[in-house]
Order: sequence, then structure tokens, then C-alpha cells
Amino acid sequence: MHPLLLAMDWVFLIEKAVLILIIISVSLLIAMYETYAERKVAAFMQDRRGPNRAGPFGLLQPLADGMKLFMKEEIIPNSSSRFLFVLGPGLAMLTAMMTSAVVPWSSHFHLFGRDVDLQIADVNIGILYIFGVVSMGVYGIMIGGWASNNKFSLLAAIRGASQIISYELAMGLSIIALLMITGTLSLGQIVHQQMEGHYYVLLQPLGFLIFLICAFAECNRTPFDLSEAENELNFGYHQEYSSMKLGFYLFAEYINMFISSAVMSTLYFGGYDIPFVNDAALGASIGQNPLAALQFLSLFIKIAIFIFFFMWVRWTIPRFRYDQLMNLGWKVLIPLALINMVATGFIVLLKANHWHF
Amino acid sequence: MQPLTNRAKSVDRKPMTMWEKMYLPAIAKGMSITFGHMFKRKPTVNYPEKTRPFSPVFRGLHVLNRDEEGRERCTACGLCAVACPAEAITMEGAERLPGEENLYREEKYAAKYEINMLRCIFCGLCEEACPKDAIYLSETFAPANYTRKGFIYGKDSLLIPNPVTHPEEYAKAKGQHQ
Repeated sequence: MHPLLLAMDWVFLIEKAVLILIIISVSLLIAMYETYAERKVAAFMQDRRGPNRAGPFGLLQPLADGMKLFMKEEIIPNSSSRFLFVLGPGLAMLTAMMTSAVVPWSSHFHLFGRDVDLQIADVNIGILYIFGVVSMGVYGIMIGGWASNNKFSLLAAIRGASQIISYELAMGLSIIALLMITGTLSLGQIVHQQMEGHYYVLLQPLGFLIFLICAFAECNRTPFDLSEAENELNFGYHQEYSSMKLGFYLFAEYINMFISSAVMSTLYFGGYDIPFVNDAALGASIGQNPLAALQFLSLFIKIAIFIFFFMWVRWTIPRFRYDQLMNLGWKVLIPLALINMVATGFIVLLKANHWHF
Repeated sequence: MQPLTNRAKSVDRKPMTMWEKMYLPAIAKGMSITFGHMFKRKPTVNYPEKTRPFSPVFRGLHVLNRDEEGRERCTACGLCAVACPAEAITMEGAERLPGEENLYREEKYAAKYEINMLRCIFCGLCEEACPKDAIYLSETFAPANYTRKGFIYGKDSLLIPNPVTHPEEYAKAKGQHQ
């Protein structure tokens, strides 16, 4: 055997491959049940019952929907650019899934004499990676809209692209304020800092609010779902899509929602930390593996609350007008984020100087 | 001009105040309203499993009745067909043969009895016209069908199950049709 092959840590590779498989299937499963939850939440908020025919409480509804989408005829418009038309939904799905690589899902399990980290890659530039991947998400929309060769789709795609780009600025600025406090870009370390100290939402409430609003805009969720405004643009950038290609676009939206909830919980709500409990002491009494499972559960409860919040907002607020959207993004959120950044920097420096000017 | 009602409101075109421009208080208010609705009682009835009670005078599909011994009551006198304003009922009479006393109550019976449910207006005049208590309107209403032919109900679908040979079905039909 080649010495290079022997030098590689094969167990490590297998461990990561299994982890990737698990996380991808879990996020797909979650996205499936998000569609169910969305319809149930919508129904309950409108005094209806929601899907309750397929299986007990309608729990098999997502499967039925998926089956229906797969059975539908796949239509590729004649005048569309074929390669890009197929690439669009794939890209949307890809970028939605890639973000989950740097999120720490729990501490570590102790299995087969190894410490198995529940984070695919603890890169030291985790946040930059997330931003890089998220801003690629705009290509899914843009390519889909462009390749359809349809004026409405193109308009919607341009709207979506300009919206995402504008809100990414404010999002980045609000994150910079957070990074001044943490001093690191690694998500794993940010969670560790929060486990020992306060949740960063207490230190950065304004930054969190801006991040939350921008996350709504990034996910194309109401009130910022201008790129799929049915009443003006038919169905927006996925007007020409049918069958599972449409399903991929819709799915990507739900995965994005899941991932951005995970990122928000990680950055501002302590990630997998169990609130009001000293995790290290708990781990010492019940062992590492149960602790890791509990922490995983804790993160998922936080994520579920955020996802519910996303849906709650969707069924409450109407869509912004385009000029209002841009005013909010450029004239309100960016200045606020800048002020937040300067103020945070001022306080951080002051603290480093032991509160002397 | 004197307004007809006091419900008219003049449109407020004042620029938004700082508080209103923040959006967030208004959004929080709206969200509390939607959250409150989550726990409200749902007015929906789970239809196929649960049905709303009918009023006691509800008139649904027709049923041809039998007497206690399970014999058909109808004598094909044709009064119902005459009474019917929509001319939905047709029938053919036949004479009871010896040995059929357990099937038909009187010497004459309806060999064919058809109601066109597309013509029927569910007025209940047939029920009132019948001297033998043979026809009455139940609480079931006309189901969907693929063809017009399917809406012409013959004796096979109109007759109530025999209380002597099929007591369970009879009780079920009785319960359904009060």
C-alpha cells in the first residue's frame, strides 16, 4: 500500500462520512416536517384544523406531498436554457445543505474508544464559511429566474437577488459586533464561551434583532418574500418549474429556515448548551453520552422555537412593498447595525482598558 | 352633508410617527393576536366522522318502508306519483301470486318503483300522499354519481332492509332515518 494511504486516518474519514450522512438526512427530514408544521401552524392561527387525513394527525402528509411532486410531469420550457434550468434548483439545494457543516450539533459522544464530535468541521472561520455559502444561495434564485426565460421570473429573481444582497450587509455588520466580543470566528468556541458566560443575546440584543430580521430576508420568508409574490409575479422565480425541481426550491427554503434557526441558536442562544444547567457538572454525574444526547435535544428545542417563530411571523404580517423593503434595509438596519458596531467596539475597548478612558 | 351613518371615517394621511415607524410594536401586537387564535375552538366539523345534527323536519332521500313482518307496504296505487310536482316517480304494479304473502302485504304490489333523484325537489308531498305509510323521506342526502342514470333509484336502493331476515341492517337504516 502507498504510505500516504496508510498515513490517512481512515476511521476519522468514516466517522465524518457517517456524520455527514446523518446530518443531511436529518435536515431533509426536518424540512419535510417543517412543511407539515407550516400548514398546521397556519391552520391553527386561522382557526382551522390543517392536514389531518393522511395518517394519524395527518403526519404522513409530507410523504403524500413528496409522492405527488415526484409523479408530476417534468416540464422544461422550450426557450429556457436547459443546463442552467436544471442547475438552478440543484444549486439552491446544495447551498442550503452546505451550511450545516460548521454548526456544532452537540458536544461529543464517546463511542468505540473515540471522541466523536458532532460537528462536521470545526473550521476556525466558521462564520465566514456560513456567509460565503449563504451568499451563494442567491445564485439558485438568480439562475432559476434567468434560465426560465420568463419576464416575471426574471423580475422576481432580480428582486430576490437585490434583497438578499442588501440584507446581507446589515447581517454582516451585526455579526461584526458579535465577533468583537467573542474574538473568534469558530462556532464551536463561540458556544463554549456562552456555556461559561452569558448567552450573547443578552450582550447583543440589538445585534440579534438585526440578525433575526436579516435572516428572514435571507430565507425569503414573509414579510420579505417579494421574490415569490404570487399576486404580482405569479410564482416568482420558480414560475416555470414543475415536479421535483419545484419541490427542490421549496425544500431549499425550508432547509434554509432550519439552518438559519440553528445558526441563530448557536450564535446568540448558547447553541447546544442546556439553559440554567451547568453542563460540565451534569456530564460528570450522568456520563458523557447521555449529556451529549441531552445537549442535542436542547439545541433542537431552540431550533424548533425559532422555526415556530418564523412561521408565526409568516402568518401574521403581510408582505412589505418593495420601496419599504429597501428603505428598511438601507436606511434603518444598516445605520442601526453600524451604530451597534461602533458602540460595541467602544465598550470592548473600554473594558480592555479597565474602564479608563 | 349629513352622513347617513356614523361609520364613515376620514382617511388619515398624517406621516407616521417615530413609534409607528419602528413597526415592531405593531408587529408584536399582531403576533399576540395570531397566537391567541391558536387556542381558540375550531368551528370545523370533521365531516365524514362527525356530522351536524339535522333539523327534525329535514327531508333527504326516500325510503320504501316494510311492516313489522318484513312485507313491503307499497301497493303501487300511484298517489305519490300523482302528488309529485316534479314528476320524479314512476312505478309499475303487479298482482301478488299465491305463496308471496310473506313478501307483499296486500294483493297488489310495486314490481318496479323508480325515483329520479335529479328531478326530485325533496318536497315530501309523496310522503304526505301515501295512504299506506310506504314511503317517507330519510335523513341521508343524495350522494354524487358519475352518470345521470345513476341518479334513478330503483327498488333495490330505496327499500329498507328486511327487519326479519336482516335485523341489524334494518336497525341501522331505522336509526339513520330516525
